[in-house]
Amino acid sequence: MIELLNSTNNAFYNSIILQFNHSENMQIRGVALLAGCFLLGQLVGETLGRLIGIEANVGGVGFAMLLLIAAQHWLEERNQLGPAVAGGILFWSNLYIPVIVAMSAVQNVRLALSSGLVALLAGTIPVALCFALVPVLTRSMKKNNPPEWTTS
Amino acid sequence: MDYIVTLLVKNGLIVAFLVVGVLMVVADLISEKATRRMLPGSAIAIFFGLCLAWLGGWLTGGNKGLADVKALSGFELMGGPMLRDFTIVATAMGVSFSVIRRTGLAGMLSLVLGITLTFASGALIALAMGYTDARSITTMGAGACTFIVGPVTGTAIGASSDVIANSIAAGLVKSILVTIGTPLIARHIGLTNPSAAMVFGGLLGTTSGVAAGLAATDPKLVPYGAMTATFYTGLGCLICPSVFYVIVQALA
Repeated sequence: MIELLNSTNNAFYNSIILQFNHSENMQIRGVALLAGCFLLGQLVGETLGRLIGIEANVGGVGFAMLLLIAAQHWLEERNQLGPAVAGGILFWSNLYIPVIVAMSAVQNVRLALSSGLVALLAGTIPVALCFALVPVLTRSMKKNNPPEWTTS
Repeated sequence: MDYIVTLLVKNGLIVAFLVVGVLMVVADLISEKATRRMLPGSAIAIFFGLCLAWLGGWLTGGNKGLADVKALSGFELMGGPMLRDFTIVATAMGVSFSVIRRTGLAGMLSLVLGITLTFASGALIALAMGYTDARSITTMGAGACTFIVGPVTGTAIGASSDVIANSIAAGLVKSILVTIGTPLIARHIGLTNPSAAMVFGGLLGTTSGVAAGLAATDPKLVPYGAMTATFYTGLGCLICPSVFYVIVQALA
């Protein structure tokens, strides 16, 4: 029954794909998919925030990313993720650094500079700790993982 | 003259696109010519952004950085939470389930360990430097993770703008340090194979720094490090404003 349902769904979907294959409407599908994952993730984050009683969006971005990865995997398995659809998402992915640049340009840096040392320390000490942890984890991993893990 | 400013304000987002674009071209040029790609263009551009934010605050006395300059008010939309979160979610594109499976336990472990250790040490530093409220401490701990986790966390839990700016600065220091430090320290920490690169990406997490640092070490290692680093920001955005914030609230 489920198989039947899937096959009819696929046939339906394929007919749509065929219908629009030569149109220029593929990229907006990627953008819409991204927007859908984004909104759903934010909704989950807002809801979770209310449920645990902090008036905040809890991990909406993280949930949206997980949704997008799942959606992408689902579409890839069905060969529905063409380069044009993916392009609609990748365009926004490539805008990530510029948007971060704009974001840093609207921060209250003037105020932040009065306590500049904290940023310097919080940016360096954790990095030093993590650098030191790399060989420890790599060594423990070599013992525990199957051979294909340790490519030489 | 007035009508020019009106035109710029009316098309604020487009103005922001242009200004940021020019800024990044200049940053890339400086990266190439002056630092021989030792500093990635993106890190320089973000640094410029912070400088401009300071300049905007200095010129206008406002608290929205460059967006307080009337003709550049479009920066508020381009650098606001909506577009920021949208583009960050888009970076999850290209990460596949099979890759997650292959990254497996060690990648997960390094991610969780990296975020926890970084957050904890960042939060402790914030505490030692005189921050006392849970929101600021959490935001600084998150900022020690990456320059994205900091502002996302800060905005989510309602930290003040100057703390958010500090958390971005901390993330920026980290990104630059990872970029410059990785090639220098690679051999000493055994960063010579793909599996070590995956662990490295998970522990350090700052995607631009990891990618740039690994590229300068051995370009073949870049996708492996970036692969786990991609999860770091998402996972950080998930854990910091939730679990870690609740823990800090309970302790502070």
